[in-house]
Amino acid sequence: MVETPETGRATTATNTVGDPVRMSEVRVWFVREVLPLESVLIQFLKRSRRNRADVEDICQDVYMRVCAAASEELPKSTRALVFTVARNLLINRIKHEQIVSIEAVEDLDVLNIAIDEPAPDRVVIAREELRRLQKVLEKLPERIRTALVMHKIDGLSIAEIAVRLNVGERTVKRDLSDGVRAMAEILLREDADIRRAT
Amino acid sequence: MSKEAIDTVAPGPALDVQARAADFLVARRDRQAWSDGHEEALQTWLSESMAHRIAFWRLESVWDRADRLNALSSLAQPGKPAVLAARRKTPLIGMIAAAVMGVIAIGTSTSLWLSQPHKTTYETPVGGRQTVPLADGSSIELNTNTILRTKFTKDRRVVELVRGEALFDVKHDAARPFVVLAANHRVVDLGTKFLVREDGASLRVALIEGSARLEARGTAKSAVLLPGDEAHATARSLFVTRKSSNEMARELGWQRGVLVFQRTTLVEVANEYNRYNHRKIVIGDAKAGARVITATLPTHDVEGFARMARNFLGLRVSEREAEIVISY
Repeated sequence: MVETPETGRATTATNTVGDPVRMSEVRVWFVREVLPLESVLIQFLKRSRRNRADVEDICQDVYMRVCAAASEELPKSTRALVFTVARNLLINRIKHEQIVSIEAVEDLDVLNIAIDEPAPDRVVIAREELRRLQKVLEKLPERIRTALVMHKIDGLSIAEIAVRLNVGERTVKRDLSDGVRAMAEILLREDADIRRAT
Repeated sequence: MSKEAIDTVAPGPALDVQARAADFLVARRDRQAWSDGHEEALQTWLSESMAHRIAFWRLESVWDRADRLNALSSLAQPGKPAVLAARRKTPLIGMIAAAVMGVIAIGTSTSLWLSQPHKTTYETPVGGRQTVPLADGSSIELNTNTILRTKFTKDRRVVELVRGEALFDVKHDAARPFVVLAANHRVVDLGTKFLVREDGASLRVALIEGSARLEARGTAKSAVLLPGDEAHATARSLFVTRKSSNEMARELGWQRGVLVFQRTTLVEVANEYNRYNHRKIVIGDAKAGARVITATLPTHDVEGFARMARNFLGLRVSEREAEIVISY
């Protein structure tokens, strides 16, 4: 649990009208409201035919802007905020890059549908979650999976895993670090496809 | 919306930020090599940009979610969810299956589970603490240096406290009693929240909510416990005392990571600390051991306690690598 230091936003607090939202609340809001939208957001950004690094950068930009907005005031509709910001960012980029791509423009229209679409049911029963985690693990490369299982399930420390696997601690750290990002990728993104398919 | 990032540093490429956040998260959660300097570096990084914080929150939520999933799945019953049943019938199907099954059924040791397919073992190291939500809606919170085995069947839920201390919050089910075995005694749940601590051959059971029955093996006695009761059972004796809610709250200080002492002798204080830490406190002489304190202190801060003994109690403190000796 990290309580983010308030120092970062101290500069804005002075010139903000109304009650600024505490960083810890923004964090709770972000995890609960914004992250579940990530799969749809990424799918949308991918349709603009950009490369992976570009998609990630735009996604980061969207998150920064919605969190900055939310730290002034939590929005009534998170979904509308996220997709409005995403759309504006994309339009700006398209203008800036002077790409007049029919696909890009068409895709912007798709966004309107996405805004109105009801949020997927976030109440997930335990069994379904379990299946999901299994799927996530199965998808990971063996080395990363081994490290994750030893760390999270067997409760071994990085140093202990390094001894067992006869590799350096840096290697274990890197595998776990790759592991958590891969899990995020699957749980927050591909996950939605799994759900939709079943 | 017009406002740009509120922080000092423009974030780098998103993929780099994610990688950095993941590195921080993994190292921090490992704890073993996490120093104050590391924490400071993390906090600095987090304060630099909203993007950094967001990347960290995002991965942290996934990391925690994986923990929860693991805990949920770890007590899944044989034959309950279809996926599990299928896997359990064919245990050793290679590394991949073993790894996946690990998630499903194992508390602490892969090999142990493979040899005992219906049992699950949970273990916390010295200083550790772990909450285990059970598939039946009950939950168990393990305190420091604790080993616990669960064996759940269709008509019984049996938990063996091999060592240490645990807080049980039990969903009562008359058709499927919840039984805790410890130091040769049995605690049978009657719809309950209770604390069990095993100390060598003796056992302490403190009842917080509901009621439970303690059956002391050696004495063939049994006692029904009500909230506020604390039973002490050894091989030959069983007695029950009543505790105030304040005293009960003190017993449960470890849930919040603190030790609560009220007019407690340093001998007892040392014993408590030593349950949670590798670096032991040794009381050098009876005179120092008889000193009494009232304080609330973090379970892991042995050094802080030593400072307090020196500065406030005026005792002699000599710090060695593995132990801290306190004498008059």
